[in-house]
Amino acid sequence: MGGLTKQYVLTRFFMFVLTIWIGATAVFLIPRLAPGDPVTSMVMRMTEREGRVENAQELIAAWKERFGLNDPLYIQYFRYLGNLVRFDFGYSLANFPTTAWEMVRPALPWSVRLLAVALIFSFAIGNTVGALMGWRKTPSWLQNILPLSLTFTSIPYFMFGILLLYFIAFQLHLLPASGGYSRDVTPGWNLPYIRSVITYSILPLVSIVLTSMGGWALGMRGLMVGVNNEDYFLLAQAKGLSPARVFFRYGVRNAILPSLTALALGMGGLISGSMLVEYIFAYPGTGYTLYRAIITQDYTVMQTICNLMILITATSVFLLDLLYPLIDPRITFRRSQM
Amino acid sequence: MVRRSVSRYNPEWLNKKLVIGGSMILVVVLIGLVGPLFWNTDLAYVGSSPRSLPPIWALKGNIAHPLGTENMGRDMLAQLIVGTPSSLKVGLIAASIGLGVGLVLGSLAGYMGGKVDNIIRTLADSATTIPSLAVLVVIAAHVRMQDTTVMALILALFAWPHPTRIVRAQVLTLRERGYVRMAILSGANAFEVMFIEMLPNMLPWLAASYTGGISGAILGATGLEVLGLGPARVPSLGLIINQATGASALMRGLYWWWMPPILILMIIFTGFFLITMGLDEIANPRLRGVKA
Amino acid sequence: MIHRINETPKILEVKDLSVHYFTSRGAVIAANSVNFYLRQGEIMGLVGESGCGKTTVAMAILQMVQSPGKITHGEIWVDGEELNSLSERELRQLRWRKLALVPQGAMNSLNPVLKIKEQMGDAILAHERQLGRATLKQRILQLLDDVGLPARVYEMFPHELSGGMKQRVCIAMAIALNPPVIIADEPTSALDVVVQRVVAQTLLDVKKRLGVSMLMIGHDMGLQAQMVDRVAVMYAGNLVEVGPVEAIFEEPLHPYTQLLIESIPSIDERKPLKVTEGLTHDLRNPPPGCIFQFRCPYVTDECRAGRPPLEEIAPDHFVACFKVKSARLA
Repeated sequence: MGGLTKQYVLTRFFMFVLTIWIGATAVFLIPRLAPGDPVTSMVMRMTEREGRVENAQELIAAWKERFGLNDPLYIQYFRYLGNLVRFDFGYSLANFPTTAWEMVRPALPWSVRLLAVALIFSFAIGNTVGALMGWRKTPSWLQNILPLSLTFTSIPYFMFGILLLYFIAFQLHLLPASGGYSRDVTPGWNLPYIRSVITYSILPLVSIVLTSMGGWALGMRGLMVGVNNEDYFLLAQAKGLSPARVFFRYGVRNAILPSLTALALGMGGLISGSMLVEYIFAYPGTGYTLYRAIITQDYTVMQTICNLMILITATSVFLLDLLYPLIDPRITFRRSQM
Repeated sequence: MVRRSVSRYNPEWLNKKLVIGGSMILVVVLIGLVGPLFWNTDLAYVGSSPRSLPPIWALKGNIAHPLGTENMGRDMLAQLIVGTPSSLKVGLIAASIGLGVGLVLGSLAGYMGGKVDNIIRTLADSATTIPSLAVLVVIAAHVRMQDTTVMALILALFAWPHPTRIVRAQVLTLRERGYVRMAILSGANAFEVMFIEMLPNMLPWLAASYTGGISGAILGATGLEVLGLGPARVPSLGLIINQATGASALMRGLYWWWMPPILILMIIFTGFFLITMGLDEIANPRLRGVKA
Repeated sequence: MIHRINETPKILEVKDLSVHYFTSRGAVIAANSVNFYLRQGEIMGLVGESGCGKTTVAMAILQMVQSPGKITHGEIWVDGEELNSLSERELRQLRWRKLALVPQGAMNSLNPVLKIKEQMGDAILAHERQLGRATLKQRILQLLDDVGLPARVYEMFPHELSGGMKQRVCIAMAIALNPPVIIADEPTSALDVVVQRVVAQTLLDVKKRLGVSMLMIGHDMGLQAQMVDRVAVMYAGNLVEVGPVEAIFEEPLHPYTQLLIESIPSIDERKPLKVTEGLTHDLRNPPPGCIFQFRCPYVTDECRAGRPPLEEIAPDHFVACFKVKSARLA
């Protein structure tokens, strides 16, 4: 029987750790491989921006000391990894006494919520549309309408977001343009606040869902076309099962499996895209925090957000991986060939 | 097994999506190629023109700046003519590097199998799931980017896993085909088998992965530029959007500032998307003939 | 040879069935005016080279011809009901209850993500909705036992079973509703010889016990010789000869049947049908006259001019050949 064998869980957990390690290492190493060091280049930027910075050399030296940039690279690296494990991301550069974690923490729930809801909607709608498009028995009027939902497929989320922002929020004034909730409500478990949060999340949500569901739909269509020709699908029809049962239990049930793999692989892209959407709508998530960090040259906050995003991606992929064997009993047999 | 020939005159390459997508990209390429012959590209820089002029069809439009100017006195048409090819160039360089690396790693993994395959596959899998934008932001914040080439090199960091996966999967499949086995048995070396026997058969897959890679890299570059992390002195489509949103152009109704770069980018992405889909259909004939 | 009139009622009757596949380069005639019947309790073999249209006929009987294929003409009577005229809903209710399918042995006919109990349960519950949980389990276990499978198969997934076991699950599933007719589409193909024997034996046991009638499609003439009562020979979408198995094997009448029988090395040694000589015509464009004229050693002008009809020359024995007909008359 498939199921969650110990070896499978361990392998997946190893992938989870590996992904985080590779990401964190890339974030650490690549900037240091490039000519110059972060502090100098940051001060140079400040010089560029403000014309002149007082005591630039001393500033560089002081910061280098504080970041431990004078230590050998491998010591810096191990210290960095050690801090990561303890969730210690250091201090924010722009708001010194505050830690980077304190800067980012309030934004996390906003991002995770937006992402989760967007993901559920786009995955569910996209796959339903795709499955219907690939099914032989779908009525032809529906077959003709469904492709319309693919219209925005190739457009990056945030560009579609800009168009929505302009037309829906600024021209038609139908929905709020920016922020997470209205200034008139008090945050907490009260109805006006919740309603406001929902209203403010509609545009960012729609930007992500309408542009990302087409990808699922296209993939699912191809998979469903394949399943249509499978012998078990034909046999299910010969058994006299109702079309709905054939569709879900023998069609979607099988075709959804590669879609889930694609979901795991596409998680990073989805998170990247939604960060830009947050920026466009000034939505109080990590994407917007990242933008503010870029403006204020808050290097530690950027790094913190980056590592947290890697962590979130890796965690969702890990959870999906754990889910997978529960829906595909063959998993322990097949995964090794993928 | 019948060997599939991939000739240039093969009618299946005349896929409708491929042709439409190709034409869209061609139009965009022409903006960059032909534009400089008709328009002074020096107008793309600060202070070269009057500020905040609306486009020619608007009330105060001016023939000297048909698409208008923005609040720092840059001519929009000139900016588009300079910015469009630079966006395409970034995509092209990054995707080419990605494809090259993918070919090497993918065929290594597919051929050698065992540990090598395990390591390459695991690395590619992990790298695919990492949210590239977040990492790119941190890198771009450190590396001072004077021109687009450096940015393309950074973006290439995320352009190799997909081609690697594709090539590996194809090598594994093709290795079992009769004619490839014959070639191996008759003493052809791995290099010959790869390039003479396998590569032609992988072409549609590689091409689809390549075009997908180009648009992925352009997306990454645009994302960085929009966040203000691209090269600041060279006009690019993303930089125009960054400047426009920074100046609240949306709220102020200066649509001629932010809309043209978005339209061009939408044409680019839709074009590459159609090309990728068309190539997918060629590579995987089962998808053909289904309504889309 | 003694011929007696067979009075057993016909449980399945295919009348003038034509199936066309509509391609961009014209319609491929996969089955052309096919006529035959299956008597109650009898096993009939439908044989021919691969691509001759035998699976198309099976799919047409099941009303499962896939687009671009279409039944263009004909009637299919199963147990007193004509299938072509039924609505989708009526058809669904009739399926599996009256007409079950044992699919090809080579195929993945079982849904890889559902347990055997769920797949068998689906078939039963689709037609007997009010069945209780415990009764259903009892029933499935009994069916598994009927085909000689252990009870643990109940909780297993298809990938945990061997090819022969999967095929026996399919047989158990086919008899779940005790249908009068079972269509077996090359049920032993791609199984190894020992397993083939087990599967064939299971089919025979089931038939003997339940008295079910079976249409067995196959290209393994040796296996057919051992299992079936009557044989229908198909060539390029047309039936050329239908007759009792002894007659077909001892004294094949149609030149194509003769070719088929000659191609069997011996009755015990089985191999897939392969007749190598001769070119068949383009299926989109069959010649006027006899369908077999290009490969027939006895072809005459008469054969090129008109198509010989399938005529009963002895009880339950039909041949479509002018030569045979004139020889009989003479």
